[in-house]
Amino acid sequence: MARKKQVNPTRMELTKLKKKLATAVRGHKLLKDKRDELMRQFLDLVRENKALRERVEEGIARANKDFVLARAGMEDEEVNAAFMAPRQNVALEASFKNVMSVEVPVFEYRTKTADENDIFSYGYAFTSSDLDGAVASLSTVLQDMLRLAEVEKSCQLMAAEIEKTRRRVNALEHVMIPDTQEQIKYIQMKLDENERSTQIRLMKVKDMMLEETHHYKEKMEAKLQEILAADATEHDAGTV
Amino acid sequence: MYKIAVLGDRDSIYGFATLGLETFPVTDPDAGADTLKRLAMTDYAVIYITESLKAQIEDEIEKFRDQKLPAIIPIPGVSGNTGQGMVDVKRLVEQAVGSDIIFNNDN
Repeated sequence: MARKKQVNPTRMELTKLKKKLATAVRGHKLLKDKRDELMRQFLDLVRENKALRERVEEGIARANKDFVLARAGMEDEEVNAAFMAPRQNVALEASFKNVMSVEVPVFEYRTKTADENDIFSYGYAFTSSDLDGAVASLSTVLQDMLRLAEVEKSCQLMAAEIEKTRRRVNALEHVMIPDTQEQIKYIQMKLDENERSTQIRLMKVKDMMLEETHHYKEKMEAKLQEILAADATEHDAGTV
Repeated sequence: MYKIAVLGDRDSIYGFATLGLETFPVTDPDAGADTLKRLAMTDYAVIYITESLKAQIEDEIEKFRDQKLPAIIPIPGVSGNTGQGMVDVKRLVEQAVGSDIIFNNDN
């Protein structure tokens, strides 16, 4: 195969590769679990995200319609004056929640004045009633908007993490693990082959050494000659 | 303690001031990008931005995607809903799952 990396067929390399394979397999399993769990949570969250976004977009569109109407009946200066000094103020407390190693934000908001409906920053005398309606409808989506911010940011962060984890899982599953397995197989075959050739060599050497000390071959030849000779005399005797 | 900002053209966002969110009216995309950068550096945890402005400074927004804060959230402006917000959510699903399994291509 083209991607095969050359490895030294030694026992040390084999041990090292076996350890590497064990780690890779374990890592693969853990990452796969992480990906599955992230995916499960992400899908729940993204469904909520979709629902929230639908609600928020609809609410803002409604409020915008009211604002356009209000603007039509009022001077620019009056509108500016009405919104010049907001009475309400939203302070946000952000903490973080760890979801499968992804830090996602959790927002908690506090309004400055105790009454959440205390949102009208103007007297009613000089403003159109459409403006009141617009502000009121906007205030109803505020809570959803904050939840949307939390959920959508979480979704963004988790989607990025899922993508990363999926790449890692795939790299381990389709490249790292099969490559290592192949290298291990290669080394094992090479080692087996070496062992066989060593054994054959030893058998050969043993033969040679025995031959040298006992001269089997010469003795065998002598014996053969003897038999042939005996055979010949017997044959001679038979013909006579 | 964090704050919330709303960024976009004035007509789309001035109403949010009454709710206690801070509004930053901008029309020019360059000014919008500058303001966004400035807001992101300081203690704004959530920045709502109109879809029309967001479409013009997508590159700037992309930089803050991997950061924990701020959350930059598109909202429809007064000129109507472009659907970009939903497309973004859809894209998130595609990024995570590999294909869109939530929207089923219905928008």
